[in-house]
Amino acid sequence: MSAAIQGNGQMKRETATTLRAFLVELAIYAVLVVAYFFAVLHFLGDWLFQLQQHHHVVYAAVAILLIIGQAVALESVTSLLLRIIRGRTE
Amino acid sequence: MDFPISHSHISPIYLVVVGFLIGILGGFFGVGGSFIAGPALRLMGVHWNFAVGTDLAHIVGKSIVAAKRHRALGNVDLKLGLFMAVGTIGGAECGAQMIQALKRAGHVDVVVSIVSIAVYVCISTFMIWESRKTLKQAKASGAAKTSAQKKRDPSSFRGVTRRIQRFKLAPMIKLPVSGVTISLWVILFVSFIGGLFSGFLGGGAGYIRMPSMVYVLGIPTHLAVGTDLFEIIISASYGTFTHAVKGNVDILIALVMHTGAAIGAQIGAISTQYFAGPKIRLAFVPLPLIGAAIVIYTLLTGHKL
Repeated sequence: MSAAIQGNGQMKRETATTLRAFLVELAIYAVLVVAYFFAVLHFLGDWLFQLQQHHHVVYAAVAILLIIGQAVALESVTSLLLRIIRGRTE
Repeated sequence: MDFPISHSHISPIYLVVVGFLIGILGGFFGVGGSFIAGPALRLMGVHWNFAVGTDLAHIVGKSIVAAKRHRALGNVDLKLGLFMAVGTIGGAECGAQMIQALKRAGHVDVVVSIVSIAVYVCISTFMIWESRKTLKQAKASGAAKTSAQKKRDPSSFRGVTRRIQRFKLAPMIKLPVSGVTISLWVILFVSFIGGLFSGFLGGGAGYIRMPSMVYVLGIPTHLAVGTDLFEIIISASYGTFTHAVKGNVDILIALVMHTGAAIGAQIGAISTQYFAGPKIRLAFVPLPLIGAAIVIYTLLTGHKL
């Protein structure tokens, strides 16, 4: 009985830590995303537009590479942030 | 923010929030979330063909993030995902061809709509019945406490699933990660049907594939979610490429949406740890119903959401 209560308490603490870590991560992530919008998308916009108008196959390949690249990069950034934040909150 | 490729002007915050919400759904249920993304883009004045293609591109990115997280949690069966991708791509091509053939025959919209509403309602009704029955049985025998116990996946439909698994038509495929040995033809059939609906109705049709993996193939719910996401990466990449060649993808919109989806998908994927399989399946029930509601709306008003 006491083991179950202890386990329940530990789970609640874990959930609270994860939630707190996510909130901190969200704030840092928001700043990074805003910087990303201005720095990268602004410069890429015209080039991608020209590519989409004149070279459809190249545009398709670049589109796939960009979304995969961004996914891998963001996953690494969020995982790293989470590891750092969780490390500090625990 | 101006998006020159699709000639649209959309707030990036709106796109990030939509991406975030779809990311949570995708990470938790293993679905693409096109039933939300499509209408959300249309609402901002994005042309229908761009909404479909751009949504697919964003699904690729979101699924990579969610699948990586699920893989870290041990919820991805790569072998099964690769076989399923083959069936899904084949099915999606057939679905698209069927639509063209039905269009030539006439009344395609009514036929497809009625069939899809019936399928969506059947899936939801069946999942409510099955998951509630399983949860009642689990409660009677003592609830799961630990994460490992939660991942053990009881199902009231297990008898039928076992009978399907006993169908020995070579080649038999051993899936050690999922703990299942099953005929390759059953895997291809399930993924083909999912792909067929995807080609028929648009989107990833995860609301058909995920339950099929659980009930027909006998894959545990957590693994079905993760594997479905892995499979979506391959099939949605293929769809994105073909749509982009046709000029239907605004990759800038997809990249912005994905910044929100990346974090939502991780929250969704991590959240699956705290729920047992039958609870995930019960929470999944509204998704096919939303799909049915969208089809009913389209049928009644003639406006494609």
